[in-house]
Amino acid sequence: MVAVKTLFTRVTTFVESLGLAGIFLAQSLFRLPVRFEEACLLYIRQVYSVGVLSLIIIVVSGGFIGMVLALQGFSILARYGSESAVGQLLALTLLRELGPVVTGLLFAGRAGSALTAEIGLMKTTEQLSSYEMMGIDPLRRVVAPRLLAGITCMPILAVIFSAVGIWSGMLVSVYWLGIHDGSFWSLMQQTVYFDRDIFNGVIKSFVFAFAVVWIAVYQGYVCHPTSEGIGRATTRTVVMGSLAILGLDFLLTAAMFGDF
Amino acid sequence: MDAYIDIKNMSFHRGDRAIYDGISIQIPKGKITAIMGPSGTGKTTLLRLIGGQIKPSHGSVVVDGIDIPNANRKALFEARKKMGMLFQSGALFSDMTVFENVALPLEEHTDFDEAMIRDIVTIKLQSVGLRGAASMMPSELSGGMARRAALARAIALDPALVMYDEPFAGQDPISKGVLVEMIQRLNSAANITSVLVSHDVEESLSIADHVCILSGGKVILQGSAEEVRSSEDEQVVQFLNGLADGPVPFHYPAKDYQTELLETR
Repeated sequence: MVAVKTLFTRVTTFVESLGLAGIFLAQSLFRLPVRFEEACLLYIRQVYSVGVLSLIIIVVSGGFIGMVLALQGFSILARYGSESAVGQLLALTLLRELGPVVTGLLFAGRAGSALTAEIGLMKTTEQLSSYEMMGIDPLRRVVAPRLLAGITCMPILAVIFSAVGIWSGMLVSVYWLGIHDGSFWSLMQQTVYFDRDIFNGVIKSFVFAFAVVWIAVYQGYVCHPTSEGIGRATTRTVVMGSLAILGLDFLLTAAMFGDF
Repeated sequence: MDAYIDIKNMSFHRGDRAIYDGISIQIPKGKITAIMGPSGTGKTTLLRLIGGQIKPSHGSVVVDGIDIPNANRKALFEARKKMGMLFQSGALFSDMTVFENVALPLEEHTDFDEAMIRDIVTIKLQSVGLRGAASMMPSELSGGMARRAALARAIALDPALVMYDEPFAGQDPISKGVLVEMIQRLNSAANITSVLVSHDVEESLSIADHVCILSGGKVILQGSAEEVRSSEDEQVVQFLNGLADGPVPFHYPAKDYQTELLETR
């Protein structure tokens, strides 16, 4: 009986927090900063801290993952004598899956946790209250620019990730493993379609960005205003964000590539 | 008495615990009112209730004729433009300079051009003695300077009401003196209604026109500073003189001391 009750309260709290997060999202998105220049300035600042500062980790990871993929792909494809298809393998895995998913996971760890901690600390140091008491809506001033910057930056980061991955994979396959670069590029060109592969990948990263940034800003906004509370909220952002990405990825893949 | 803030029969609960249990407080217009009481009596909560950041469970909070708990979002934000609040931590925005912090409410709520805003900010910073620190970041300021910068920001829009949350807590004697003088000067020069939440007895009584002492969710005394000093109420005497034991017990409720020591495990 106790177990049933606990389960019931768990479910209701979950549904309740989902509802609250939904209201929070709607309020933030419909209350953009009033003055256009101010909005632009706040947005650009966030694009810098959320997007530009994430570039290094994205580029480095993209490079290594592309190289590893090329090596693994080569060793498997060589058994069937089709090692020249390694370019095709690289492009399809990166554009369809690894680009959006790994960028999402890295983004949750790098930018998501930073967003939660920053907003959480603003709450702890009464800065959010201070905005409210000044008659300035913190959702509009603090949350909305971060939300928008995150959602717009991550698809771009995912595209950069895939591009760097393909390029570094090319370096390994062509200059090290000795695949003919003409066949590397031409096979890739023949099998990669813009709408099926590239565009679907961008849609995926857009959805992931939305989920991660939403979780990050919400966790920061509702966190318990203590140092322990911020720590917990940051952890929750990374854990929930990563799980959301993996779960959503399954659903999206099933919807996009599931009809055989 | 012309009340600027009129709190009637107000209760506020946090979880099952009653922070306030049917209190009524009148805060006179144009005067300095000190709200005092032991820690944990919800003095800061009272300021949040006045600012409309939280809602009481019963009763009314009327500020300058506006029913705060029942005001809609727009009316509430309008009302807040006439309130300035000095937070205990200062709560300066850490990503802006002192100048930008003070300029923000002006940029948000007025149509003044840049030169005008620059002048007003300079005047406000001069009045708190921080004109020279305009380009510093909040992290570079000492505690006392941060609080003064926050005060400049709180009065940027020339509010009719300024609320001070523990302005003296954690300040050295010089900063305390400076703050006392500034609060007093501000109040007499601009005819502002000031509400001061504090447990620094001497500083508060020295500037307050009206004092309100809270304890255990109730108002135990309201009156002038003299009335408070001459009060013979046990709770008031204990609080003012800082006695370790009295109506507020030294020991947190526990079972019998002897029994606990002799208890076998």
